[in-house]
Amino acid sequence: MMRVFERYFPVIALIAPLLIIVFVIQQTGSSNVRYVATEALLRLSFAVALYIFAGNSGIMSFGHMTFCAIAAYASAWQTCCTLLKPITMSGLPSFLRDNTFSLLPAALNSIGLAGAAAFLSGLVLMRLSSLGASISTLALMFILNVVYSNWTSVTMGKSTIVGLPVYVSIWVALGFAILLIIIAYLYQNSRWGLMLRATREDEVAASASGVSLYWSRVIAFTLSGFGAGLAGVLYAHFMGTVSISTFFLDQTFLIVAMLVVGGMQSLAGAVVGVTFISVVIEVFRRAEAGFAVGGMDMSIPRGSQELILAAVMLLILIFRKSGIMGGREIAWPWLKKDLGKRDAKARGSKQTDPSSPLAQGSAKA
Amino acid sequence: MTYFIQVLIDAISLGSLYALVALAIGLVFGVMRLINFAQADYITIGAYSLVIPTASITPPLLLGALPAVAMVISVVAVVTVLALLTERLAFRPLRSSDPTTLLISSFAVSYFLQSLIILVHGGRPKTVSIGDSLTGAVEMLGVRIPGVQLLTMAVALTLLICLVLFLKKTPMGVQLRAAAEDFQMARLLGVPANKVIAIAFAISGLLGGTISLLFVVQTGTLDIKIGMMPTVYAFFATVIGGIGSLPGAVLGGYIVGIISVLLQSYLPEEMRAFRDAGVFSLVILILLMRPQGLLATKASKERV
Repeated sequence: MMRVFERYFPVIALIAPLLIIVFVIQQTGSSNVRYVATEALLRLSFAVALYIFAGNSGIMSFGHMTFCAIAAYASAWQTCCTLLKPITMSGLPSFLRDNTFSLLPAALNSIGLAGAAAFLSGLVLMRLSSLGASISTLALMFILNVVYSNWTSVTMGKSTIVGLPVYVSIWVALGFAILLIIIAYLYQNSRWGLMLRATREDEVAASASGVSLYWSRVIAFTLSGFGAGLAGVLYAHFMGTVSISTFFLDQTFLIVAMLVVGGMQSLAGAVVGVTFISVVIEVFRRAEAGFAVGGMDMSIPRGSQELILAAVMLLILIFRKSGIMGGREIAWPWLKKDLGKRDAKARGSKQTDPSSPLAQGSAKA
Repeated sequence: MTYFIQVLIDAISLGSLYALVALAIGLVFGVMRLINFAQADYITIGAYSLVIPTASITPPLLLGALPAVAMVISVVAVVTVLALLTERLAFRPLRSSDPTTLLISSFAVSYFLQSLIILVHGGRPKTVSIGDSLTGAVEMLGVRIPGVQLLTMAVALTLLICLVLFLKKTPMGVQLRAAAEDFQMARLLGVPANKVIAIAFAISGLLGGTISLLFVVQTGTLDIKIGMMPTVYAFFATVIGGIGSLPGAVLGGYIVGIISVLLQSYLPEEMRAFRDAGVFSLVILILLMRPQGLLATKASKERV
């Protein structure tokens, strides 16, 4: 029992504070605070989804917004605007145009579509070297952006689709964020997760030990695409609107910054990064709106929020490359010292087990 | 036939532009293994340096008010200094990092510069007119070529030739190529690291400045995103060509430029809006056949 607890402590240590924070906000916060917190939780879902691929493989993806957008639009097609759909989105196939699906199947279909898109693009992109793959994910996002902004009869082009059912409350957002955190943790300690982490540390050594760089990456990319799809669906049904411009470089930058600041190589890093940056953004958003100091109304110029965010990210990269968490998970503090060794023996061939809290996901030298 | 020649000229002129940006990115990548997102913002800032920062949509000219030669020199100088500054402040402390960290940091630098422009100039597109005299068309061999097109082609080709001569014939150029080939080895043989890296950035700034002027003359508008598309295209040009290979970057630039113009000219009217998607898909197809790029080098593989 204790061992199970110790093993899953890194997840519990992430989920428990989230639960407490959300509970406090629910009890005391204004509706504005609740809105901001919900948005932050949705970003957390997305960041964790991106982490599943980027954190474990060491290949940053700049294109995950693609899967968000695919799922968000798919869900809009299925659930939105029964009456207007035949007029505004006349190019939809008739089963979509003339029917409205209920929310759950619609969400599952959308996430499935995003996952399928991730799998197909992963099959192509993961053939490239890690740097080439990283840049080509950007191509993916551009392709989708160009297609969706011009495919007017189906996506309404650059206009916003309005009137999606809004069902994402703060608790729903929290629930799915927790679900993704658990999935990410289970994955990173699974056989495929460990193999991928090995390729991150040393491609040559990993492939010499029989790890397929290609398949371990494709699997992570697909899983992470499903996650991004989930985040996209939630976002669409939180805002009630879908617009292609939401799913582009600005949002990408924000999520990447969150991962980097927290520490890209651990799940705890993703969570801490999202929390930290969300707070920073909110503080500056308010400062931009204006605040009172000693009876004087002050405000900082618009756009300084982005500037400071970029500066924070650069400073972190320069002075603390592996982020706030330094690639560590949050370990049970009273851990028996020999746990790591016993694990290693139990697993036989694996030398160190990154799942054991003793072995930190070390930053590359 | 004349239509084809016009298309061909378009293709060569756009291809040369992309080749230049790709070369800038390829040079910096060669010496630092950094894929520089901020190249886009070098171009954007070059364009914005033409006008005085105001909220107005038709802002008064700043550097753009200077006589042509002085304007070109000052814009190029501004961008070159900017490129050197980003190198000194942001990229030098990160020099020993792995390529992914460098890539992300250049993403951050790019976002920083972009936010800076929005902060100073506001986010709305602006119009600016420089080089009005170039908008007329020139008739050559029975084909009417817009003056701007001719200028772009001439400038791009000249720069390309100068750059190739510089890289092939001067001692500095040879050192640069050696560093791009194998940075460690070049250093061991006495190539000064700081100097080659600074020169690579200076060249990328110089190219960025020139390209920004060409774009502004062509479009007459200033936009936050003005540098983005050429830079993104240039990224893929370097990837197609084989990351780290300088001839590859040029080749990739021409391929991307030519595909782009061909699609623009020969796609049916209602499909033209999807041109960029077509180009990117073709890029991915090429990569599917040659994942290491057309002219693969040692540098395109992960170093052990």
